[in-house]
Amino acid sequence: MSRMHKQVEGESLNISAAQQDFIRNHRTQLRWVRFYQLLILISFIAAWEITARLGILNSFVFSSPSRVIKTIVQMTATGQLLYHVGITLLETLGSFFLVNVLGILMAIILWWNNSISKVLEPYLIVLNSLPKSALAPVFIVWLGNNVKTIIVAAVSVAIFATVINLYSNFHEVEEDKIKLIYTLGGKKKDVLFKVVLPGNIPSIISQMKVNIGLSLVGVIIGEFLAAKAGLGYLIIYGSQVFKLDWVIMSIVILCIVATGLYKLLTYFEKKVKKQLKQ
Amino acid sequence: MGELLKIDHLSYTYHSLEGETPALFDVSFHVTEGEFLSIVGPSGCGKSTLLSLIAGLIEPSSGNLYINGKDIKSSGKNIGYMLQKDQLLEWRNTLKNVTLGLEIQHKLSDNSYVQINELLNTYGLITFQNSYPSKLSGGMRQRAALIRTLLLEPDILLLDEPFSALDYQTRLEVADDIWGIIRNEKKTAILITHDISEAISMADRVIVLSSRPGTVTKVFDIKLSIEDRTPFSSRSAPEFKEYFNQIWKELTHHEQNA
Repeated sequence: MSRMHKQVEGESLNISAAQQDFIRNHRTQLRWVRFYQLLILISFIAAWEITARLGILNSFVFSSPSRVIKTIVQMTATGQLLYHVGITLLETLGSFFLVNVLGILMAIILWWNNSISKVLEPYLIVLNSLPKSALAPVFIVWLGNNVKTIIVAAVSVAIFATVINLYSNFHEVEEDKIKLIYTLGGKKKDVLFKVVLPGNIPSIISQMKVNIGLSLVGVIIGEFLAAKAGLGYLIIYGSQVFKLDWVIMSIVILCIVATGLYKLLTYFEKKVKKQLKQ
Repeated sequence: MGELLKIDHLSYTYHSLEGETPALFDVSFHVTEGEFLSIVGPSGCGKSTLLSLIAGLIEPSSGNLYINGKDIKSSGKNIGYMLQKDQLLEWRNTLKNVTLGLEIQHKLSDNSYVQINELLNTYGLITFQNSYPSKLSGGMRQRAALIRTLLLEPDILLLDEPFSALDYQTRLEVADDIWGIIRNEKKTAILITHDISEAISMADRVIVLSSRPGTVTKVFDIKLSIEDRTPFSSRSAPEFKEYFNQIWKELTHHEQNA
């Protein structure tokens, strides 16, 4: 954004007054949007802190911004916070990786073989609509009270939608592009590697953006049930021993982690798009 | 010049759950070497099906295709196919797009680049070799698509309404362009179109197909008394209008009967 503004200013000598007005208005509007966004955040935090201090909210149950910050400082000093955040991040990235690799592979298999996809279609639909949290307790029994359960739970949350979406995207490739490959003497594998996969890089990335969020959801569900560490564990443990400061702090940290991961993928998406468009 | 391609009593029927649709019925004609043949017919007369059959993308329901007297599959001859739209892949630059066919057939070597550069240079794309398709004009895109086909050294070029996606003015320019390249490279070509003027302006012979199921109703030898013939100059030849009227009559006559 800032680069665009610089460019605009550099060229402002050649721009008509009306265009300058338009740009100025646009920027003023952007500034107002930012202002209100900040205002909401600050008012929320201020109202929370003040009501907690005045005793309107019971800070034992609702915690308060200052108590959250204190908890963060304390737990950072002991290294606990980094440990729990690290565990959750590792589990999330691991499941995210598995979901994407397995999802792409399965979508390719379904695209390749029409009979397999026809046979499996109803199963995929059922598994996709099933609330995956219902499966988590079953995974504990099958796989034990450990990281395996967490990863499998997280993968199960995202994998079916990934397969279904990518498979239907693969099918939307223009019929004539496929014909082109055959007229050039290509085979099905050439259609896959020259047209279907490269043409679907944007849809694969936008699926990845959905998957990073879903992986986090899955990991937290898994940690609720089968963990000895991680933010999900902190939330459950904190609520059981009435350490609401831990719970609220974990939620705040989760907000930051989720946003960070999403931003990371948006950045990656931008880079890839630039590469593709040059 | 001998008979290069012979189409012998060719029929093709599409099958679907709603029933069967005969697309082509008992089509026979031949193409001589170096000839430019146009095939006109109303939309849905099975023109594209005919090209798909010649290209070997689908199998005929009955009838045969021969190249130099041999069955088309065992002849080992190359068939080049230009689709309705250029179908350049947006994520590849011009150079990578024109080499797509060679890449697929594993024929891309360091030596190929001599020929590639020569073609890109001759046909005005050399300075755009690193550009992506979105930066090319409609004409350049079609030229790139043609070079992609020519690099596979086809013995016969099939053109499936390659100008239909272009606006009228570009269409005339590109037709001149592509026709010039095909003549220059001394290729045999079959053009299908529903545009009568385009068919006459480019062809040595025009074959008229009836509406579905398509079959050959008439063949016109196009002889125009002009010098330095190009598709554009052909349009002002004195005989042009007469051919147009005859082909028009042939097409409408059959549609009325159908």
